[in-house]
Amino acid sequence: MSEIFGVPTQALFGQLLIGLINGSFYALLSLGLAVIFGLLNIINFTHGAQYMMGAFVAYFLAHKAGLGYWWALVIVPLAVGATGMVIERLMLSRLYKLDHLYGLLLTFGLALIIEGSFRHQFGSAGLPYSMPEDLTGAFNLGFMFLPKYRAWVIGSSLVICLGTWFMIERTKLGAYLRAATENPSLVQAFGVNVPRMITLTYGFGVGLAALAGVFAAPIYQVAPQMGSSLIIVVFAVVVIGGMGSILGSVITGFGLGVVEGLTKVFYPEASNTVIFVIMAIVLMIRPQGLFGQR
Amino acid sequence: MTDPAKPVATAAHDPAWEARYHRIGFIVMLAILVVAPMVVYPVFLMKALCFALFACAFNLLLGFGGLLSFGHAMFLGSAGYLAAQSAKVWGFPTELAILTGMGAATVLGFFAGLLAIRRQGIYFAMITLALAQMVFFYALQAPFTGGEDGLQGVPRGKFLGMIDLHDNLVMYYFVLAIFSAGFLLIYRIIHSPYGQVLKAIRDNEPRAISLGYRTERFKLAAFVLSAALAGLAGATKAMVFQLASLTDVHWSMSGEVVLMTLLGGMGTVFGPVAGAFVIASMEHYLSDLGAWVTIAQGIIFVVCVLAFRRGIMGELEAWLRNRRR
Repeated sequence: MSEIFGVPTQALFGQLLIGLINGSFYALLSLGLAVIFGLLNIINFTHGAQYMMGAFVAYFLAHKAGLGYWWALVIVPLAVGATGMVIERLMLSRLYKLDHLYGLLLTFGLALIIEGSFRHQFGSAGLPYSMPEDLTGAFNLGFMFLPKYRAWVIGSSLVICLGTWFMIERTKLGAYLRAATENPSLVQAFGVNVPRMITLTYGFGVGLAALAGVFAAPIYQVAPQMGSSLIIVVFAVVVIGGMGSILGSVITGFGLGVVEGLTKVFYPEASNTVIFVIMAIVLMIRPQGLFGQR
Repeated sequence: MTDPAKPVATAAHDPAWEARYHRIGFIVMLAILVVAPMVVYPVFLMKALCFALFACAFNLLLGFGGLLSFGHAMFLGSAGYLAAQSAKVWGFPTELAILTGMGAATVLGFFAGLLAIRRQGIYFAMITLALAQMVFFYALQAPFTGGEDGLQGVPRGKFLGMIDLHDNLVMYYFVLAIFSAGFLLIYRIIHSPYGQVLKAIRDNEPRAISLGYRTERFKLAAFVLSAALAGLAGATKAMVFQLASLTDVHWSMSGEVVLMTLLGGMGTVFGPVAGAFVIASMEHYLSDLGAWVTIAQGIIFVVCVLAFRRGIMGELEAWLRNRRR
């Protein structure tokens, strides 16, 4: 068996792959956080809970309604995104005039409610979600086996991230969105319904989180606490990348996933903390984040 | 930055009335706490007092410095571990063990603060949360912390080498003394010239800078003081329960202290104490209901943010003020 730096290539590529998978989740979630933050000026603490809801709704669709993975990919983001829009209309919209910290506190409270309810209902043990049949099996790349499902997750999250980037940076709708981020009252004066735009944006960000939840369901167990530890890492990713740029948060997400995967190979004790260490270093050198603007 | 979180600072200001209100309030609080163990289980009271001190320390940072830390559990927990380790393994006497824990939290607070004050607002909250998670993973993996089991069987020892603290009632008054000292220290800090500058920074940082204050130093000092006092609470808690565990470094503990302060009233002197007692009793009496405690905490968060931003003591103070007019 061949080795690189004393590590078998098989293990190295395996961890690299896991890193890329984690990176796709970091990218999808931090992208949603960045989109929401751009327009609402709120850090959505509920993001992890909404990711968990995505996985659970996919599970229900499969077990209660008999709708499989491909249906879940469409229905789940819409359904969870809709709950997000209700939350925005009923609660978040009351906070825009206040200090941003209240948005953080409110969404933290919502995360506790959602997570607590699911834990009450389903316990802490994970529920299994089977892999879609079309995506079982693996490609043989010669130097390693690439499971089809993992390739699908990495590929499609890349496509979604780039699609979101394109929509925001290159289309008319995105132009409105960016304009409303800069100066909402002026955009409203031009006849754009900014409050509705804010609601849709929040729904979109939440939908992204739920979609990530569907992607995660076959890989990880579907469990109530699956979102809360992930969201803290994603916060660190967001601090490292800075929320100024869409593409920046995608690159940071994938990059940090890979770094974390490599740490697991070379220094496993630090694999849980490496992202936080990187965050500390970035804060010392470039406090606004790698892609952030002052 | 206009912020309704600080009703006390913006309401009609009458220092003489305020001083009298605080003095009477403190005496009443102390009187209740001295008598309380005759009626209520002392171990529960000690837990509530540790939480109260923790919340007061947190309030120093949030209510008076305007800095929302979402990682304060790292100071509570690391101080607990160090106090437990020094009392159990190194054989330190009780007072010294508590001071060791407090010292550890202070050092940690200094470095965490150096990093966190480089960003503001929401980023500050996310950074402190991430740093606390780092401390959590360290506590999970480090050899001396005992991982999931924690450090158990920590001896309470003897106060000044003479009075045995293993009696719960004696320990209670020891904890009450520590709490009162911490509370008064925080009160003193808030009302010192330093505290005035801190409040000025909270209300308008650019103006404070233009007046020549090195605001980042003031903020760092507030962070370190808050960390040290949170550490005092954590170390005391470890001695009370003779246990230092992962619960105290977990992110949900960081959330709980935010909740206590928010519910009691941010930026009020007595608010965090009231909030801590409410949350601690909720956990104590509803502990059989499992996940419902989390749900209830979430609901309190939402209600406080949407409709009750002044908190219990903030509302009470506003009512007292109105009545005087």
